[in-house]
Amino acid sequence: MDKLFEMTGRRYNLFDYYGAPDAKRVIILMGSGAETTHSTVEYMTERMEEKVGVLKVRLYRPFSAKHLLAALPETVEKIAVLDRTKEPGAGGEPLYLDVVNAIAEDMTSDAPKFKAMPKVIGGRYGLSSKEFTPAMVKAVFDNLKTASPKNHFTVGIIDDVTNTSLDYDPSFIIEGDDVVTAMFYGLGADGTVGANKNSIKIIGEETDNNAQGYFVYDSKKSGSTTVSHLRFGKKPIRSPYLIQSAKFIGVHQFGLLEKFDVLGNVQEGSVFLLNSPYAKEETWGKLPRKVQEQVIEKKLKFYAIDGYTVARETGMGARINTIMQTCFFAISGILPKDEAIEQIKKAIKKTYGVKGEEIVKKNYNAVDQTLAHMYEVEVPATADSTFELPPIVSDEAPDYVKNVLAKMMAGKGDDVKVSEMPDDGTFPSATTKWEKRNIALEVPAWDPETCIQCGKCALVCPHATIRIKTYNEKELENAPATFKAIKAKGREFEEGTMYSIQVAVEDCTGCALCYEVCPAKNKRETGKKALNMVEQIPLREQERANWDFFLDIPEADRTNVNLTTVKGTQFLEPLFEFSGACAGCGETPYVKLISQLYGDRMMVANATGCSSIYGGNLPTTPWTVDKNGRGPAWSNSLFEDNAEFGFGMRLSVDKNNEFAKELVMKLKDQIGAELADELVNAVQKNEADIQDQRERVAQLKAKLAAIDSADARNLAAVADYLVKKSVWIMGGDGWAYDIGYGGLDHVIASGKNVNILVMDTEVYSNTGGQMSKASGLGAVAKFAANGKPTPKKDLGMMAMSYGNVYVAKIAMGANDAQTIKAILEAEAYDGPSLIIAYSHCIAHGINMAKGLESQKSAVESGHWPLFRYNPDNVHEGKNPLKLDSKAPKIRLEDYIYKETRYKMLTKAQPEIARNLLSQAQAEVLGRWKLYEQMAQFDFSNEEAKEEE
Amino acid sequence: MDLKTKYMGLELKNPIVPSASPLSENVDTVKAMEDAGAAAVVCYSLFEEQINHESGELDHYLSYGTESYAEALSYFPEPDEFKLGPVEYLDHIADLKKACDIPIIGSINGISNGGWIKYAQNIEQAGADALELNVYYIPANMNVPGSELETMYVDVLTAVKKSVNIPVAIKLSPYFTSMANMAKRLDKAGADALVMFNRFYQPDFDLEKLEVGPNLVLSTSNELRLPLRWVAILYNNVKASLALTSGVHTPEDIIKVMMAGGDVAQICSELLVKGIGRITELLDGVKTWMVENEYESIDMMKGSMSQKAVQEPAAFERANYMKTLNSYKTLL
Repeated sequence: MDKLFEMTGRRYNLFDYYGAPDAKRVIILMGSGAETTHSTVEYMTERMEEKVGVLKVRLYRPFSAKHLLAALPETVEKIAVLDRTKEPGAGGEPLYLDVVNAIAEDMTSDAPKFKAMPKVIGGRYGLSSKEFTPAMVKAVFDNLKTASPKNHFTVGIIDDVTNTSLDYDPSFIIEGDDVVTAMFYGLGADGTVGANKNSIKIIGEETDNNAQGYFVYDSKKSGSTTVSHLRFGKKPIRSPYLIQSAKFIGVHQFGLLEKFDVLGNVQEGSVFLLNSPYAKEETWGKLPRKVQEQVIEKKLKFYAIDGYTVARETGMGARINTIMQTCFFAISGILPKDEAIEQIKKAIKKTYGVKGEEIVKKNYNAVDQTLAHMYEVEVPATADSTFELPPIVSDEAPDYVKNVLAKMMAGKGDDVKVSEMPDDGTFPSATTKWEKRNIALEVPAWDPETCIQCGKCALVCPHATIRIKTYNEKELENAPATFKAIKAKGREFEEGTMYSIQVAVEDCTGCALCYEVCPAKNKRETGKKALNMVEQIPLREQERANWDFFLDIPEADRTNVNLTTVKGTQFLEPLFEFSGACAGCGETPYVKLISQLYGDRMMVANATGCSSIYGGNLPTTPWTVDKNGRGPAWSNSLFEDNAEFGFGMRLSVDKNNEFAKELVMKLKDQIGAELADELVNAVQKNEADIQDQRERVAQLKAKLAAIDSADARNLAAVADYLVKKSVWIMGGDGWAYDIGYGGLDHVIASGKNVNILVMDTEVYSNTGGQMSKASGLGAVAKFAANGKPTPKKDLGMMAMSYGNVYVAKIAMGANDAQTIKAILEAEAYDGPSLIIAYSHCIAHGINMAKGLESQKSAVESGHWPLFRYNPDNVHEGKNPLKLDSKAPKIRLEDYIYKETRYKMLTKAQPEIARNLLSQAQAEVLGRWKLYEQMAQFDFSNEEAKEEE
Repeated sequence: MDLKTKYMGLELKNPIVPSASPLSENVDTVKAMEDAGAAAVVCYSLFEEQINHESGELDHYLSYGTESYAEALSYFPEPDEFKLGPVEYLDHIADLKKACDIPIIGSINGISNGGWIKYAQNIEQAGADALELNVYYIPANMNVPGSELETMYVDVLTAVKKSVNIPVAIKLSPYFTSMANMAKRLDKAGADALVMFNRFYQPDFDLEKLEVGPNLVLSTSNELRLPLRWVAILYNNVKASLALTSGVHTPEDIIKVMMAGGDVAQICSELLVKGIGRITELLDGVKTWMVENEYESIDMMKGSMSQKAVQEPAAFERANYMKTLNSYKTLL
């Protein structure tokens, strides 16, 4: 420790005490919370003359009671030990118990340190990344001050169920004028965070200020918002908590004024910078009334710039990072303006230099243009805006959404009380529909005349915002004037059947996959298709009404839909909608399709990864329910155990089904022999069978209600398990190929009827593009910066080697009919099924609107052969393996070099790239030959041989 | 037999010069062209768009989706160095120079008077013996009059000439209202050679998909006639060397180019179809023709059928049209 001190100037002892030497109340804790406590103690001792202190634990194990006691002042009377953990069932949290033990042992020794045993209490803080602020530290000291301090307390949450939490006064703020506090609201896509990171580097490295930055992200991958918290000051910054009182507020997106209370914690006389798409004289009038009032009341200096226009004019596209950063330096006064500009340019060179001179020049130009375009807004004496902030969610939303989820959406999740949380740990599904994020600048508009009614647009829509219904023309009676409908095409429709495609424009991300996939062209203007991307804002109101009207049109009769076609499946209601996945996501169309086919009776075990984030992260849940309240049951356990987790679902479904059947037979006389036999022996092969069985279960429940016995009650509880369930195990390649492979292998070897969907992005997408065993030879990924030197693991081949596993490799963009066929066969197969689905991804470095083209190229090059391996075929004397794609017809490079993940290697390491390309090309062709041979084996005599 | 020719100051062993094409992307292929007898090679083009957009595109895809989501602040490792288009190109020129003895002519493709011009200088530094300026512009902008466009061409050439010491050729399109005047202006601006003419990709319609796409149609000997006329007209009227490109497929085509007054015949389509070995065949064919027709040197035939040298100079102007028409009638 002394050596470390010599080298760094930082001294750490086993325990470090800070505070009044004659402190009576002391808090003991470790970690970053100790810094918050330190600064609070400093404030309380210096400004409030309180006798308080903090003991920071630097080395927890081995725990030295001797050093702990030595570090504590003798005057201590009361101690609060804070643990950032919860040990259910224990007598207290670990550090608390250690401290109690140390002091108790000392008190019973021959020479105790204290005259009387100090009162020691324990508490928890900061769980689930809850904030821990000086106000909470003060609350802990205040608790110690009382005659009988609350023990085993919590601080930072509002626990109105067990009432263990301490109240605190949020207005207790200790930061003074010596710290500059700045907050920036932006979108992930606009570069706000990157710009702030650069600002911190500039200020930290080029001035004598200390600097701190913390970035809050939401859980969305498309249209995500970011809030940056920056502090600068001459003194070391001991504030590891969010800014509570800001001296500078930058709002980089005008729309965020309506979503967050951005000026809620700004100090009087501070600076407010707004990226406004409006002209100088218009900006003030466009502010919501509350924001105007805040600006006036807090006497803010208000600056604005039309950042997007400057970005467009300087070739920066939608990246306003450099522009807003320049504004910040120009008006915050942290550095002299000229010096700041010079430093920004230096930082630009450092950040972008490696990517070429042109991008550097563009940024320089943006800096120079910024100052000419920024202006100060004249603030009138009174607010004159006529519009108020809209509510976070619609009034029609369920109470839970309005009272709890809306708080989280507004960034006030810490205010949710314990009593408001679901008491059994399950969260209601069907909640993304209330968000209405309005993140798309452009949305698809349907042209019914051009449309050929193929359904491809709805199939590929990653966010289920494109819906299709056919219905009797009578339904149109009260249709809004702008609602579009046309006669349904196809012999299967009765006269008078209408067809509508409706877009949920407020939920659309504007990815344009639908436009790209649409095969229909307008004959008078071939650049237009049946869906065309148009500006969202002018359509918003009108389409909101159309969407509501559309939802009220009856859903398709599931028993009367051709499930084997793209067109047919797209009449089914998706039970997975409006997730937070990336715009243009390649995974979610598969998930959505499966939810359309089996959603009303499916259970999903989801591996950790992108799909668990967009599938089940707070505040809202995209898994939803149909009009009958039926929808998928979904859960995520861990990353590594997902296959086993789903396997457990299968076992419990089977057990419940078995139990239900036993009880049915036991109660046969009471419920009627015919119904009992039908219930137990029902064939549930198709939608009509399922519907029949549901009706039988309804009859059964009605009869059970009249029977007063334990068996009847038990049967009522499990009766729903008499209807066939569809168990799905879903996850990405990181799970299936790598971390969860052992379990996956175990589960497919079990022979049990589970359906496994591997959404293969060939990289760990959720954590930022680390190489997986699914990554292609030559692909650049984190941990494979020089290109992956080994070929992609052939998971399909490995699974086929069992012989009793249904295996399919699919790519919706290459062959959507094969995708549907494979899913139907996999689900129907009475045994383990594995579907490996090509999923284009943001981590491929592609134009996501062209994701389906990537899929097509992957298949055409032979990198991603399409096939179905159905063990059932063997019994019919057929080869189980059927190749669904043709021999490679384009060169591998014509596929891979369209993607940055491969292309960048040719720019960074051309020699290596050339070498890996030739290896990869040979590998693809070799593998194809192997598949081809396997598919040609003659199985016509297999059965006969078996019999012999 | 003397096949030598002089092209913008470069002494070439014969008049066959493969023009800018994907064939020059590989050092080994260029070496093979040299071995087959090529007198010089024009390297594929470095495009202005490439210079301006490649860096932007790379930045876009490497930063797309970054700093948006707490668990994935970026999606790619950041290499210390990228060899972007320009750098790659310059390295390639240097590699070609190392591998070959024949002159290597760099090619740069652009129109604006912008920052890309400095890459001309870089190409010189990389060792190119000369530079071919490929000014490629479809004049679709209704607000730009022809005169302005013509000035743009001259300005670009002037700027490039100012920045380098190696000879500079300018590759032209045939779509000038006054081709002869344009040639004069470029000559005056210091062009060391005029390369005639650029073949543009002409868009074609895919009736199945109702899409417009580039459709590369390789040239045929018929296309030789347009540049042949202009080489013949300009010969001895400009100081600049003359190169003919478009439609050179046979030994006879090469002889015609020389007789019109061309200093070199640039070949592309023929090599793309028949391979590098075709260079040797063409060269042999030229020699055979010269033996059969008793020509001792290329120099002897150069310009022998230029407008100034032929019996009927007017044949290259309006009468030429009449004659063609007449000859066509005789075929009926």
